[in-house]
Amino acid sequence: MAHVSLTEHTAETTTGLDNRKLVMWLFLASECLFFGSLISTYLVYLGKSLVGPYPHDVFNIPYTSVSAFVLLMSSLTMVLALAALQRGDHRGLRIWLMATALLGIVFLGGQTFEFTVFVRDGVTLSSNLFGSTFFVLTGFHGAHVTVGVIMLLSFWVLSMRGKVSQAQSLNIEMLGLYWHFVDIVWIIIFTVIYLFEAPNIVG
Amino acid sequence: MTAPDHHQTSAHPTPMKYVAIAAVLFVVTAIEVAIVYMEFLGSLIIPVLVILSAGKFTVVVMFYMHLKFDNRLFSALFVGGLLLAMGVLITLLVLFRVIVG
Repeated sequence: MAHVSLTEHTAETTTGLDNRKLVMWLFLASECLFFGSLISTYLVYLGKSLVGPYPHDVFNIPYTSVSAFVLLMSSLTMVLALAALQRGDHRGLRIWLMATALLGIVFLGGQTFEFTVFVRDGVTLSSNLFGSTFFVLTGFHGAHVTVGVIMLLSFWVLSMRGKVSQAQSLNIEMLGLYWHFVDIVWIIIFTVIYLFEAPNIVG
Repeated sequence: MTAPDHHQTSAHPTPMKYVAIAAVLFVVTAIEVAIVYMEFLGSLIIPVLVILSAGKFTVVVMFYMHLKFDNRLFSALFVGGLLLAMGVLITLLVLFRVIVG
């Protein structure tokens, strides 16, 4: 199978930087505002639910900690995929892309299970302020992870068909930027939403 | 007009360094989880958690997202968005939890 191209054509730019990467960083900056507003909304309404269940009734810190570890390790496999492509190791690229996608799927499976447990315990989108703000925030994060998994699997298929060349490593780098961003958002959500509540659970 | 440098990076870390960074992130997360069970820390728990998670956030952005090695314009764009988001967070919390109550 032949690679699409060995030298990727890009137009000259005034900044000397690739515009696609510039736009990706701008997109991530806008995503900071998106998730910032959702986290703010959660915190503004925290403790203002008139009826239960409340966060300390349903949160399972050990369980969510495992999910956090899984997503954190997927950042390692993602960066190893990029490093593999940059040194021309296409087999390594495919292995690490698939590992990242699988870790993302494990995280999503864990989140789905957590959501079903919460719903069984009476927390829904419309049950109280906690339910509304929690599901909107973590649901949007889960949607971002889902999009990331779809992109990872798409690039894995393209790589299998020999359509990802070393010269196109910028595409994988941008995919990595998106994936790492999803990870850092979870770092914040895990701390602010779950761990801040933990003393009320433990104590 | 300048032809773009495709990688726009100085030397990235080696795979072994990436693994070492992951080990650090793993340990810090374990410490975060352990801290919430240390009741004797009392009101110190939340500031400690904020510092640890901010550290993890910074390490991922600097090393895995390569901002430490990339052009500073990328850092400016991202930090700009991040500061705006933090401004929104602080403003909303002050408005609705301090002023309005």
